[in-house]
Amino acid sequence: MKDNKQIKLKLPLSKEGAALLRAGDTVLLTGVVYAARDAAHKRMTELINEAESKGSDPAGGLPFPVQGAAVYYMGPSPAPPGKVIGSAGPTTSGRMDKYTPKLLDMGLTVMIGKGRRSDAVNEAIVRNGCVYLAAVGGAGALLAKCIKSSELIAYEDLGAEAVRRLYVEDFPAIVVTDSRGECLYDR
Amino acid sequence: MCIEANLFLEGDVKQALEAAAESETSDTGKSVLAQLKENMEIAENERIPVCQDTGMAVVFLDVGQDVHFTGGDISEAVNEGVRQGYTEGYLRKSVVSDPIERVNTGDNTPAVIHFDIVPGDKVRITVAPKGFGSENMSRIFMLKPADGIEGVKQAVIDTALEAGPNACPPFVIGVGIGGDFEKCAILAKRALTRSIARDSSEAADVTDSSSAARPAYADTLEDELLARINETGLGPAGLGGKNTALSVNVETFPTHIAGLPVAVCICCHVNRHKVRII
Repeated sequence: MKDNKQIKLKLPLSKEGAALLRAGDTVLLTGVVYAARDAAHKRMTELINEAESKGSDPAGGLPFPVQGAAVYYMGPSPAPPGKVIGSAGPTTSGRMDKYTPKLLDMGLTVMIGKGRRSDAVNEAIVRNGCVYLAAVGGAGALLAKCIKSSELIAYEDLGAEAVRRLYVEDFPAIVVTDSRGECLYDR
Repeated sequence: MCIEANLFLEGDVKQALEAAAESETSDTGKSVLAQLKENMEIAENERIPVCQDTGMAVVFLDVGQDVHFTGGDISEAVNEGVRQGYTEGYLRKSVVSDPIERVNTGDNTPAVIHFDIVPGDKVRITVAPKGFGSENMSRIFMLKPADGIEGVKQAVIDTALEAGPNACPPFVIGVGIGGDFEKCAILAKRALTRSIARDSSEAADVTDSSSAARPAYADTLEDELLARINETGLGPAGLGGKNTALSVNVETFPTHIAGLPVAVCICCHVNRHKVRII
């Protein structure tokens, strides 16, 4: 790990920027991330499939522009009065694996969560030059302090699983899978 | 109790995390444990949940046989408590009304309630909200008697390794050995509510009528499993280090001549439980 760096990273992250990151680098993220988890992924995937079957733009109906975006697998606890958001740590990414390769092929660049990914996701990461980051699971109160704004932008009926646009500052994460497919968990 | 459980970790878990932070040798592991410690302090001071997954409410009700509940349905009373706690405490509502149709119930009910009838005239309430990042990595094994204690050890270690980074190590691991298919699972879940500070009097306190007298091998088994799981090097957050688990808690029960059921319930470091006796 001696060769790994701590990097301040601005979002959105370009593919060129993503290519410079290495598994094990610690990063502090500043910029926009979209919070979406199980139910939102399912709904987005249904919209993509429907658009494709009609021959229209698959990204057209999605709640946020996927191209170049960073997604955070997270469903927060409700914001107490005077707070931007409640507890807001990562959920297990593997549950999103079924939906992820499609989104990476559509331009999604950064994923933030925790835990192992499937082979199909890792292949899509390499194919598209993306990165998968982990935040510390169970540190929801700490991570919430790095979230400076939160706006519910879609699927309000899903409650904690609704899609939110977050602005984060110096949000700590570690590169788990880099754009070459090297995975920190395999070390 | 739901609010307290989600905002303030018990002293034994805090102490175990602090001890882990001191003993950790990996740089990444140290940094993860430092974040978890800071997270705990922020949660307490700012009154926001330690983890956003404030769990499905698991409630153990040990009801004294001389107690008579009047004025309504006791399960509904528990659910009303969960409803109020999760709403007033700004806790996440993580329960869906049907496993396939998946519509959120909006108030985190229903709770999973385990009733046990015990001697006496008191009611012991244990509220243990359970997050599903770790619950999803829990396993049941129906071993053969010939697999013996070595088979049990292998099952626990395999489960911990497979849980890996998904279940937010350092873990607290509840192990139920014996009984039948569902009994071992309940023992494993209940084992998580025991204090993780090694103190036999506390262990005896939780060993209620639903589990057997503690066998002589239990303490040694717990210590060996903890040591072997920490030797795997999985570490905090699964990023390497010597603190993969804070504690392994074993509970046992008599079983059938043909079987050796083992349940391994994985819990992250946010091992939440509050007990009150009324």
